[in-house]
Amino acid sequence: MHMIESGNVAAATGVKLARANVIAAYPITPQTPLTEKLSEFVAAGELAAEYIPVESEHSAMAVCIAASSAGARAFTATSANGLLYMNEQLHWAAGARLPIVMCVANRGIGAPWTVWNDHQDTISQRDGGWIQIYANDHQQIIDSVIKAFYLAQTVSIPVMVCYDGYILSHTYMPFEKPDQDQVDAFLPPFTPENMLDPDRPYNFNTVTLPDVRPDIHGQTAPGYMEIRHCLHQDMRGSIQVLEEIDKKFQAAFGRGGHPFVEPYKCEDADHVVVCMGSLSYHFRDVIDLLSQEGLKIGVMGVQLYRPFPEKAIVEALYQKKSIMVFEKALSYGNQGALYADIKSALYPCENRPEMKNFILGLGGREIKTSILVETVRNAVKHTAASDDHPMWVGLKCQE
Amino acid sequence: MKPEKIEIRWHGRGGQGAITAAKIVAHTGFESGYKGIVMAPTFGTERRGAPIFTSLKISRQKIYDLSPIDTPDMVVVLDHTLLEEVDVAAGLKPGGLMIINTPRPAEEYHFAGMKVAVADVTHLAQEAGLPSGVVNSGIIGAFSKATGLLDIDDLVREIENEFKDKKPEKNAAAARLVYEKTRLGGAL
Repeated sequence: MHMIESGNVAAATGVKLARANVIAAYPITPQTPLTEKLSEFVAAGELAAEYIPVESEHSAMAVCIAASSAGARAFTATSANGLLYMNEQLHWAAGARLPIVMCVANRGIGAPWTVWNDHQDTISQRDGGWIQIYANDHQQIIDSVIKAFYLAQTVSIPVMVCYDGYILSHTYMPFEKPDQDQVDAFLPPFTPENMLDPDRPYNFNTVTLPDVRPDIHGQTAPGYMEIRHCLHQDMRGSIQVLEEIDKKFQAAFGRGGHPFVEPYKCEDADHVVVCMGSLSYHFRDVIDLLSQEGLKIGVMGVQLYRPFPEKAIVEALYQKKSIMVFEKALSYGNQGALYADIKSALYPCENRPEMKNFILGLGGREIKTSILVETVRNAVKHTAASDDHPMWVGLKCQE
Repeated sequence: MKPEKIEIRWHGRGGQGAITAAKIVAHTGFESGYKGIVMAPTFGTERRGAPIFTSLKISRQKIYDLSPIDTPDMVVVLDHTLLEEVDVAAGLKPGGLMIINTPRPAEEYHFAGMKVAVADVTHLAQEAGLPSGVVNSGIIGAFSKATGLLDIDDLVREIENEFKDKKPEKNAAAARLVYEKTRLGGAL
């Protein structure tokens, strides 16, 4: 059946369909309506989960870590400074290989204080060992949440489902709500190999020595570095796993097919715009307008950001004349993170495309189709190599 | 409906139910074959009584641009006193339509090159049995009459659904009464 609801309700509905067992969250704009909805589901008896209100985001993640360690399907959600407050626990969750799923309604980071959208919060968490998926609309939010639980428990790595605060979290649009029976058939139960169990005591994640050592059975037990290498290998392997899960999802629900990147009019294009989240859909209108002017141009949304799907990205981009990366975040003093990642992926290619980086929409600065059209039109005209510093789109005064 | 995308901006006060009114139109639009629906409330700080607006875009195709409406085809004003505080006609397309809840006649409103529709929704809703100040169901009647975009019966069904726990019959009656009493004026 279809629903017309906000992105936050789409996310909450996905969590309900996935039958999360434990939800712990602290409210923060623009995530709040998501956790409110989940608490309503629990209070009404529609979701048989333990809803644990906490006093901070750090505690929210700590509860999820404990719940997941005990074999529960755990969920939380946050935004911006709330995500940063979790930071230490985020790294712990990934290192402990706990399949927690978290939604992040993307919001700019203070100071100065802002409640509006950009991607700096989740981009600043890209190196923590979490899988990151960016949704472009409400259908992708609800579908990604369901797939995220499957992916997380298959590879034992936590997954962040990121969607634009306000632009998606508070905007209403239609989406298909999958049937509970179908989700139950699609998503296997969570049965962890190791979990906290009073009948089978274990130590988890105690001090791990720099070198390997024999364990009580005389086998060589991994040191810290081997365990971390394993996390990296499994992150890389999760690209393949996501592709398989997406195929199963497509077979069951008829949606999906683009688990890594979602191209639009890219095949014959000379120029390709790359971005993440709802902006990549907004750009479709821009591409249509520029196509009418005779430009051979497309847009590609990156949906899986960590692990980085280089293969899919290189395949889509290596023969293009120019790539324009539009980002709502940057590594201050350097470039946009996505830009740097794409440049690095294309480095081994012959005839590398010319590349330009644009920063826009920080702290909710409005992004208008007309400005995007003008920016891209000018960028395509001026083919001289840029100085590799990002250009800022939509600045209205400069200090 | 001729244009590819209809853009409707709703002006109200925080707590007045402009979002609910836009939601009812959004649901009815979807059920009537408009698969592209995007409704975006004011982002950020909403306070009871303060002016707010909601953007509603309706199209036969999926809508990709989620940014607020700059050049609406129609503007719906839930409270005529907003006209003294907010430039409700900002960006309204030439020949566009202004729908106002007001006790004053359409002739008293002049928006150059625009059509105007008025109804005393506040009064009519009370006549239909609703408490004073409930205007978000009634205004739907004015919307249906003035735009002809969506059928009043379909809208009323959605009103009954939306208000199923809050006097559905009276909210439906308010919409039907306002539909009958809506007057059109301006440059037709």
